[in-house]
Amino acid sequence: MAILKDYFRSPIARVGTILLLLIIFIALTADWFFPGNPLRLAGRPLQWPFVNPKFILGTDQAGRNIAAQLFHGAKVSLIIGLVSTLIAIIIGVVIGAISGFYSGWIDDILMRLTEAFQILPNFLLLLVGVAVFGSTINIVIIAIGVVSWPPVARLTRAEFLSLRNREFVQAGKTIGMSSTRLMFKEILPNALPPVIMYASVILSTAILMESALAFLNLSDPNISSWGNLVGNGRLVLRQQWYVSAIPGIAILLTVLSASLVGQGINDALNPRLKKR
Amino acid sequence: MLHILTLAFRRLLTTIPALVIILIALFLLLQLAPGDTVDALLAQIGGAESSVIDEMRHHYELDQSTSSRLINYLWRLVHLDLGQSAIYNKPVSHMILERLPATLLLMGCAMLLAFTFGTILGILSAQKVNRWPDTLISILGLIFYSTPSFWLALMGIVVFSIYLNWLPPSGFGSIGESLTGMAAIVDIAWYLILPTTTLALVYLAIYLRIMRASLLEVSTLDFVKTAKAKGLSRRKILVNHILRNAMLPMITLIGLQAGTMLGGSVVIETIFAIPGLGRLAYDSVVQRDLNTLLGVVFVSAILVIIINFIVDMLYAKLDPRITGH
Repeated sequence: MAILKDYFRSPIARVGTILLLLIIFIALTADWFFPGNPLRLAGRPLQWPFVNPKFILGTDQAGRNIAAQLFHGAKVSLIIGLVSTLIAIIIGVVIGAISGFYSGWIDDILMRLTEAFQILPNFLLLLVGVAVFGSTINIVIIAIGVVSWPPVARLTRAEFLSLRNREFVQAGKTIGMSSTRLMFKEILPNALPPVIMYASVILSTAILMESALAFLNLSDPNISSWGNLVGNGRLVLRQQWYVSAIPGIAILLTVLSASLVGQGINDALNPRLKKR
Repeated sequence: MLHILTLAFRRLLTTIPALVIILIALFLLLQLAPGDTVDALLAQIGGAESSVIDEMRHHYELDQSTSSRLINYLWRLVHLDLGQSAIYNKPVSHMILERLPATLLLMGCAMLLAFTFGTILGILSAQKVNRWPDTLISILGLIFYSTPSFWLALMGIVVFSIYLNWLPPSGFGSIGESLTGMAAIVDIAWYLILPTTTLALVYLAIYLRIMRASLLEVSTLDFVKTAKAKGLSRRKILVNHILRNAMLPMITLIGLQAGTMLGGSVVIETIFAIPGLGRLAYDSVVQRDLNTLLGVVFVSAILVIIINFIVDMLYAKLDPRITGH
């Protein structure tokens, strides 16, 4: 409770939370406000925003309702962000935990693997994944998760290294706990806070990576993604720049809310900041 | 100096296993891809007789077993032979060498811009900590960090190329005018303003945040108190004592971001039609030219390793404790 109070004391956290709740609301009500496929033909193409009350945010060059695509896009972005962040955290935590707990040659091998992933530019690796396995939405989500785990592994490993010789671990060993139980039931809960704080960074980059991929037309074309919409709008940028501008603002606000919430959690949990 | 070099080389040697893992994994991954080089070629020329197809497969060594091709592949890489691009009908290494300068220029400029302004804004922010300039800079930083670069690039084109008509919307130097010397440099710089700024802004935000945190951290250390007690001016303490120490995390960041920046240049180069490595990667994905894609990824990895090597040396030069023993 004290942590919640600390959290909501900072204006950054309050703004971030309100923004995030708003985006979640938009995502949840997409089917209610705009039932049916958002990618279907809805009206005359290229109507400017705030002109036709039926299409508050206008239509794109294929006559699709931009507001509908925006609402459904919120759902897509949040799901992609959350699932790929979860994948990255699971892979990273397991590799980091094993690496930090056992050390020795296992640690050597796993850390070389982590380095290998860190040397490769994430986005290029994502391109390779899409080129090889195709660009259905499931593949894109998994690929984003798979390229994002190395920092999590490093964080978890560092925590495990500092925790594994503590008394409570020694005590667990003495009463004969198994290694897996020690790792995941005893050490992991103590190692998790920095990882949770880092999750907002992964979430932000995951949403940005997917939208960049969709912008380049390399993500799933059958899904209403904000990046897709920005990419389509590029063709009519000269006159109807709003087609690209509107979904871009949506991406910006979503990533911003994730960063603000992350910063808020970070400040609330960081004891050194409290003194100031 | 020799000591720093040996230290950096030892770090370089530890990256070799990582590089070998990358190469083997990428090669195996590409075996899973639907269609091979010959399929891509056939799609281009519109099909051929089956005897010709078999001959082509033999020519590209696609009829051999995966393991023998892997060994062949690694052996060729040792000689820096990246194979042949099916689509462009040129050696991959030639194409990469052609495309490398544009990417290096773009990355270098963006890195310089982000580093310089990140440092300056970070110092300003830390000097006025928790007052309004600090809040303003921090909010700006958060917004920069959250802005998708491709969207920023498009909006930049709308404002500065379409409405104001100040900057060119795409390209890499004027076509048709054979400029030389200074005129050519100015011309290219003109074309690079928008791409560089849009690529740099995210990194500027990160540098700014790290610089601020690092300055605040270093300011609480004992040697700063000593300097104050000696009666040094605030300016002298900042420039001579705090900055040098606060720079260390910033240098580390350059190495960490080299890879992400290369990834970011894929999008930026595609938007602005800059003939660089990123654009080549994008084209090779679209045209299923996997050999070229693999080459670009390999060269990118080498580039990241080289940048980190330089960063290591810089770091050791700035922080004498590292080479102290």
